[in-house]
Amino acid sequence: MSSAATATAKRSRVMITPEGLALPITLASRGGRAGALMLDVIIIFGVLLAFNLLLLWIAGGLLEGTTLDPAAAPRGAQEFLQILLVISGFVTWYGYFLVQELGPRGATFGKRIVGIRIAARSGGRLAPEAVIARNLIRDIELFYPLVLVLILLLLNAEGEDVGLLAWAATGWFALFALFPFFNRDALRAGDIVAGTWVVEAPRTKLAATLSTQGAAANRGASEVTGARYEFGDKELAVYGEKELQTLERMLRDAQPEALAAVHATICRKIGWNPGAGDERAFLEAFYAQLRAKLEGDMRFGKRKADKFS
Amino acid sequence: MKTPVLSSWFGRGEIAAPPDIASATLRSDRFRLEREGEWRRLEAIVARMEKGGLKRIADEDLIALPALYRTAASSLAVARETSLDAATLSYLEALVQRAWFQVYGPPRGFGGWLRDFVLGGWSRAVRAMWLDICIALFVMVAGSVIGWLLVAQDEAWYYRLVPAGLADTRVPGASREELLASLATEEGAAGLATFAAQLFSNNSGVCILAFALGFAFGIPSLLLLVHNMAMLGAILWLFSGQGLTVELAAWLSVHGTTEIFGILLSGAAGLHIGRSMAFPGQRPVLAAASEAGQRGAVVMVGVVIMMIIAAILEAFPRQLVDGTGPRFLIGGSMLAFWLAYFFLYRPKRLPEDSA
Repeated sequence: MSSAATATAKRSRVMITPEGLALPITLASRGGRAGALMLDVIIIFGVLLAFNLLLLWIAGGLLEGTTLDPAAAPRGAQEFLQILLVISGFVTWYGYFLVQELGPRGATFGKRIVGIRIAARSGGRLAPEAVIARNLIRDIELFYPLVLVLILLLLNAEGEDVGLLAWAATGWFALFALFPFFNRDALRAGDIVAGTWVVEAPRTKLAATLSTQGAAANRGASEVTGARYEFGDKELAVYGEKELQTLERMLRDAQPEALAAVHATICRKIGWNPGAGDERAFLEAFYAQLRAKLEGDMRFGKRKADKFS
Repeated sequence: MKTPVLSSWFGRGEIAAPPDIASATLRSDRFRLEREGEWRRLEAIVARMEKGGLKRIADEDLIALPALYRTAASSLAVARETSLDAATLSYLEALVQRAWFQVYGPPRGFGGWLRDFVLGGWSRAVRAMWLDICIALFVMVAGSVIGWLLVAQDEAWYYRLVPAGLADTRVPGASREELLASLATEEGAAGLATFAAQLFSNNSGVCILAFALGFAFGIPSLLLLVHNMAMLGAILWLFSGQGLTVELAAWLSVHGTTEIFGILLSGAAGLHIGRSMAFPGQRPVLAAASEAGQRGAVVMVGVVIMMIIAAILEAFPRQLVDGTGPRFLIGGSMLAFWLAYFFLYRPKRLPEDSA
């Protein structure tokens, strides 16, 4: 938990909106970006493969009624199919990234699935020029060296001496592939040239209000036992904001067993005798009263970050 | 990272009616319940904008968008100071970020960008890198001279510079008739369209490579230019040996004025990036690189368009139009057109473009 939290903290940046509001953003993880790219490449190859098969099928249809003699098939139609084949590769390769990243989501399918998008590093608008630049650079970063290495491997397999060239190609590939690991913002070469970065695009749903449910709404009264939980200032002073928000997360998601453990811990801490069977009401009441106290202090400018402060 | 929720992919989930405001015992929750409706409305509008275009959004929603965005932004500012509800805070942060991307999104759609690109943006970007164009032009001329000299000294260089597929009958020792025949026209238009498509695909690839290599301080871009032009120099040497310089120049000029101009521009765009990274001046390196990169990208979109035109010229007029005069006419008028478009055509910048 803590190592994941520090990793996320390392990736968090602050963007200042024109309203002067500091918006926290989280840079996308390198693994997430690599995954998104792989998804995109798989999609592109899938689409191209399907398209080529379709063309082949149509080309097969052209031969119908010509007793399977390619020379008798309509020439114009054949040529048209060939052109489609050549152009479709080019258009799909560049169009796929450009059209989607220029759209309002600023993300390709792969990026959307991973939950990331591109943004201008300056915090300004994302210019179309930037999107074009970062996508053109991708070719020399990954695909040219990869293709070169593959060709050299094939040549090598056929017994030709590729020598130093293979190492040069591998070095080229490694240089750019590892580029994001050597700068703070995980920029790849294309991001540097375009002035962009890749950030997480969170889509959080608004969770229910906790103070309108259960014991929190009934001034600490439990619906199960009818008992009322009231905590004094001394008991509420043991915890700070961090613990409050951990408790909030538990109340929203956790299983009853986990709640029971938390209940026992809190009771030990404040010196109460833990009972059983009414943990949820206890925690709801404790949460509401702790939050009321901490928020009350907040309004007077007093903040308590965690139990140690 | 949060795992994506499947239901968020298939339409919006059911939204329960918010509880009664008075039932909230905490002041910060009452604050939230009072404003929740506006947040949800903003979220719905933003979600629709993300799905595509402004057309599907009602006018009143579009008018309300800036106000709703500011409400959410100020709610976030207040909530940060008064509320300890982590769920609400993270929801607001995500919402304001999403809305920010839409409110301050791209100023124009792709269509508007393209219009500005053709009507001035492209030639403006080309003019802004005039120095790089001069350097690239010098390097290209030097490259073809080098190619000529190398081959003139030792014929073996010819086979190293000119790939076998291109050489065909154009090899040292070929007779004048053979060389002349390689400049002749084709019988009919059959097959030429495919030829054009392949030419386009190849040449654009080379140009994009020349541009992208500029990232390494422009040196590889220049090397690529030298290599390409050395090949041209070698072929020039071959034809001039048989007294066919003018015929070759006419044959090349049909598409070459466009294609070589395009290669020149892409090399210059690559060099522009490399040069601004090596000598950023007063600006930070990253800012200089991104400014040059964006300008280079504009030029590159233009280069791809030039490659389409060059491929069409190469496949049809060059193979179908015979005679030195008409070929020079086509090539010369293309060159005049590009020069005029880039350097004489200077429309006033619209005020909105400065954004």
